[in-house]
Amino acid sequence: MIKSLFRSSLAMLSMVSAVAMAADSPASLMAHYAATAGVPVSALSATRGETLYRTEHPGRNAQAVSCASCHTANPTQPGRTRVGKQIEPLAPAANPQRFTDAAKVEKWFRRNCTDVLQRECSAQEKGDFIAWLSQTK
Amino acid sequence: MNYLLRGIGVVTTVGMISLLSFSLPSPSGEARGDGGSNTLPRLTHKNWQQECASCHIAYAPAFLPKASWRRVMGGLDQHFGENASLDPVTQADILRFLEANAADAGTSRMGNRVMQGMDAKAAPLRVTETRWFVRKHDEVSRAVWSRKSVGSAANCAACHRQAEQGVFDEDTVNIPK
Ligand code: HEC
Ligand code: HEC
Ligand code: HEC
Repeated sequence: MIKSLFRSSLAMLSMVSAVAMAADSPASLMAHYAATAGVPVSALSATRGETLYRTEHPGRNAQAVSCASCHTANPTQPGRTRVGKQIEPLAPAANPQRFTDAAKVEKWFRRNCTDVLQRECSAQEKGDFIAWLSQTK
Repeated sequence: MNYLLRGIGVVTTVGMISLLSFSLPSPSGEARGDGGSNTLPRLTHKNWQQECASCHIAYAPAFLPKASWRRVMGGLDQHFGENASLDPVTQADILRFLEANAADAGTSRMGNRVMQGMDAKAAPLRVTETRWFVRKHDEVSRAVWSRKSVGSAANCAACHRQAEQGVFDEDTVNIPK
């Protein structure tokens, strides 16, 4: 009894891990964010995504900050953190690892949007952002 | 729903990793010998390596005492002006690792040196503020620290070419122009 309970919970655990490990893609994340925002994927806008990427906001020491401050004006190029460490390119065309892990993507949107915009990004904005980056060559 | 499952997945993975690490000699992370005074013990800890090395090198736990690590890990949402926040499970896991290998944990020679000249109650937030660091770098002029190629004293890898591997020997130092 205990043994079979143990076995079935093990089976359940591995199923759960399988789901958690399932690879995400820029397209699946766009679909996810569009659904969360309650719009069709076709309503995501690469133009708005680019604006979000480039718009400067007042930052520390009256220095303007944008997503491009760290990820550079050209997201197919490597960027640099404030401490000077290299950041691999954000555009999937240059770095296929990007937008393949939903938890990682969420973590960095949460951090970087609050740093740059002083608020979290909406689901629509996240979708727009990925829409732009995935068509950047 | 998807997120709930994902959460459970993360919890099980983290749980499995911590279970695994209990079977290792040290509480978590594996020390493969202390390679001399300016080389750090080789430590491996998945969450620490993954979460604390994206913006700078993963500063060795032996560079700061336990009390410092508690302060650093308690304020990740306002981390030196940036948001480095983590989920509570990962955060607690990393803190446990940092404490087990901290300067005052007695697990490395580097740590013993860092503790020399440190007040028992001190809990500096920065490695670069410790008396040990300042003494080691007293020959580096102020102008060098502010060079664009260095950017910040916290950018160890700008001058210590093998900093990511925990090697800080004299002959691996190369101050960029
Ligand atoms: C202070 C520097 C900095 C700024 C400003 C910044 N980022 Fe980032 N960003 C990073 C770093 C560091 C990483 C992680 C690098 C890595 O994993 O290689 C990252 C990663 C990301 C990721 C993860 C992508 C993936 O799948 O790996 C996203 C999404 C992201 N940033 C979005 C943004 C957005 C949106 C903005 C502007 C609102 C922004 N970033 C501004 C430093 C920055
Ligand atoms: C989002 C980027 C980011 C992440 C992630 C991050 N840090 Fe930092 N960290 C910084 C910045 C920025 C500084 C300030 C560097 C400076 O002043 O030049 C810093 C500085 C530090 C310092 C002090 C360095 C000194 O001056 O001696 C410590 C210690 C530190 N971080 C520990 C951690 C730990 C532990 C983690 C993982 C839980 C972590 N950091 C993750 C951005 C980050
Ligand atoms: C501007 C360049 C520069 C930066 C940045 C820098 N260091 Fe150093 N470091 C040096 C120099 C130069 C020495 C002296 C080497 C010697 O003894 O000749 C040194 C010495 C050391 C030593 C002692 C080595 C020995 O042989 O005695 C350690 C340990 C060390 N640094 C750690 C760090 C850490 C940790 C950081 C980042 C938090 C850092 N350094 C950042 C330039 C730098």
